[in-house]
Amino acid sequence: MSLQSPLARVRHLGAAKEGVSHWWGQRLTALLLVPLALWFVGSLWSLVVGGADRAALVDWLSGPVAAVLMLLFLGATFYHLKLGLQVVIEDYVHGYCKWVLLVLNTLLCLVLGLAALYAVIVLAVGG
Amino acid sequence: MAEQSSGNGAPARPVSPHLSIYRPQLTSVLSILHRMTGVILASGAAMLCAWLLTAAAGERYYAWTEWFLTSWLGYALLAAWSWCLFYHLCNGIRHLFWDAGLGFSLKQTYASGAAVVVASFVLTGLSWGLGLACNLAG
Repeated sequence: MSLQSPLARVRHLGAAKEGVSHWWGQRLTALLLVPLALWFVGSLWSLVVGGADRAALVDWLSGPVAAVLMLLFLGATFYHLKLGLQVVIEDYVHGYCKWVLLVLNTLLCLVLGLAALYAVIVLAVGG
Repeated sequence: MAEQSSGNGAPARPVSPHLSIYRPQLTSVLSILHRMTGVILASGAAMLCAWLLTAAAGERYYAWTEWFLTSWLGYALLAAWSWCLFYHLCNGIRHLFWDAGLGFSLKQTYASGAAVVVASFVLTGLSWGLGLACNLAG
């Protein structure tokens, strides 16, 4: 049993002071993703209508505008995803399980995001 | 009221009655849908990653993605992901307006909520309808 008063315990630990950057990160990526997601859906749509084969995909990503926008879209998407899933886990999962899922979330989003960025670069420089 | 221990040695204190006793409203349903579509879109992001990686790995691997996405399960997932994306996008814009301090009155939140639902279905229907029409024409 602690001799600290509840107030002292709260004051000692205090806030982690990471909340503001999390909040802003989620909003800024959201703002970025509004036009980028619409552009991506439009691009996907014309790819599918054009046959959706690998050659069409390589052709699309070999243009500099498409490649850079795709890198931006993926970076914003996976960062936004990491921040969003983190909040869901923090709200609904408790105890030991929470920490395991939080670490898994961070690592999986990082790995999948980097893999997707790598794939776009490979396709952009010639497939 | 239920008694619940916080698990850190603090005395059990009463907590307020929770979600299950309230009648669902448009606003609360759309709020939880925003989270649910976000979680579903996480699987869509994994698919996006697999699509790009198999394309980068070569024709042989890309054939797997093509086979999966053109199966019935693939089409069903694409339909679900597309509606989730449009819903999360439209409701996300609604959230950004709230973050800017706009549209907080009860009337406005219901109106924007209804608009988001309509827009998500219209955009999904438009994408699939136009896509199918072009494929049939081509």
